[in-house]
Amino acid sequence: MLARAALRQTQQPLYDGHVPLNWFEKGLMAIGSSYMCLANPRRGDMVAAVGDLTAGPVLPRLRDTMLASKEGRAILKERPRISTKTVDLEKLASLPEGTMGRRYISWLERCGVSPDTREPVHYVDDPELAYVMQRYRECHDLYHCLFNLPVNVEAELALKFFEFANLGLPMAGFAAAFGHFRLNSERRARLFSEYVPWAMKCGTSSKSLITVYWEKRWEQDVSQIKEELGVWDPPPARWGKAAEAKMAAERKRAEEAAAADAQP
Amino acid sequence: MNDAMSLGIHRLWKDDYVSSLKPGRKGPIRCIDLAGGTGDIALRILDHAREQYADRETTVDVVDINAEMLKEGYRRFKKTMYHNTPQVSFIESNAQALPEETFPTNTYDLYTIAFGIRNCTSVPDVLKEAYRVLKPGGTFACLEFSKVTNPLFNMVYDQYSFSVIPIMGSILAGDRDSYQYLVESIRKFPSQPEFAEMIKDAGFSSGGMHEGKGGAWRDLWGGIASIHTGVKL
Repeated sequence: MLARAALRQTQQPLYDGHVPLNWFEKGLMAIGSSYMCLANPRRGDMVAAVGDLTAGPVLPRLRDTMLASKEGRAILKERPRISTKTVDLEKLASLPEGTMGRRYISWLERCGVSPDTREPVHYVDDPELAYVMQRYRECHDLYHCLFNLPVNVEAELALKFFEFANLGLPMAGFAAAFGHFRLNSERRARLFSEYVPWAMKCGTSSKSLITVYWEKRWEQDVSQIKEELGVWDPPPARWGKAAEAKMAAERKRAEEAAAADAQP
Repeated sequence: MNDAMSLGIHRLWKDDYVSSLKPGRKGPIRCIDLAGGTGDIALRILDHAREQYADRETTVDVVDINAEMLKEGYRRFKKTMYHNTPQVSFIESNAQALPEETFPTNTYDLYTIAFGIRNCTSVPDVLKEAYRVLKPGGTFACLEFSKVTNPLFNMVYDQYSFSVIPIMGSILAGDRDSYQYLVESIRKFPSQPEFAEMIKDAGFSSGGMHEGKGGAWRDLWGGIASIHTGVKL
């Protein structure tokens, strides 16, 4: 009886990219992708698979949190996506310094990442919950940007601790719990002494970030956004040499622009 | 991937396939192996001839439509004693249309194709070309996935194919879709008697329309794979 239920013929796909799996297949996929995640953390598709398969009861709770807020309801209704096709990056680059949009473009450039590299959701069966998961994945970079965190391992872990506290996703928890083994002792010490307390305090006391309609806030000032959400910056992060050079160039440009404005 | 999916069993099937053909038993022969880019069958043929009959004159022309596969086969053969000998050659060509200058009519004693024919768009064209390039008296032998005859075993096999293999593909190769295609293409291939009929239609003479001794085909592992043979008279 149980075997029949576990091996039942899988349903039809309900959204673009949906791969319906029965219980047996889900179990197999979960075990296999977890192993592959640890063996080769660069396999973004495997990390995404584990995320899809372990999100379980947390996704409905996140969806309900969104339903409870006006902004969240708008997101669920309009289902915005973040990619180079849906976000006008040129327009964002022209926004004034200090706005969320401008910060986002600078952050993308500094870290050398693109919003198009997120693996789509495959293994969540409910289309609305699949969207919530997709939204979380696409907003992850914006959280990086908000807190001015780079993409190295300690910063990612700090953000995972924050996400676990703020959103409750099990995958964030696993990454937080096991990811730090890859750090040397000095960085791990810093992670636990400075970043984790920030993540826990900030994540639990602030608004749920999944309810933020970022696309309507590009022109808003970043510090204003942070105040509204009840978040504050983590301790300063370690950026790579290339990123440091880009930041210095940016600052120089901003100073020159300010000096030019100040000219009579 | 083949090892993972078949749990290494594909090696046993290929061993069985080649040893049952006994290449070299009646003296050195000219073989042509289609869709055999990576050289699995060619190597077994040459080793069998050498080890069983001390035959170092049998030759195999490895033909494949995919140059990458041929490169891989050439690389593997470099690790063997057949590299740079006339015993093996690698030729890029389409099994459905073998050019007559390179593959003249009535040339080969043995035509093999292992786990390749189901990927060809026109199986009758492949069989027609096979008939053309074989000498009178030459043997056609095809190893391919087929239909499992026992219904209970078939249920287990289906379950494994559709549940486990695409997942293996996505985890080990990062490609679920290709392996989903693989298991579906296996199901689409004609059954043993249907394929035996197609071989007869191409002009080959084969055993009776039944499995096993004296039959046109022999099942391996309950029909998961099957070996079809025919002779050009």
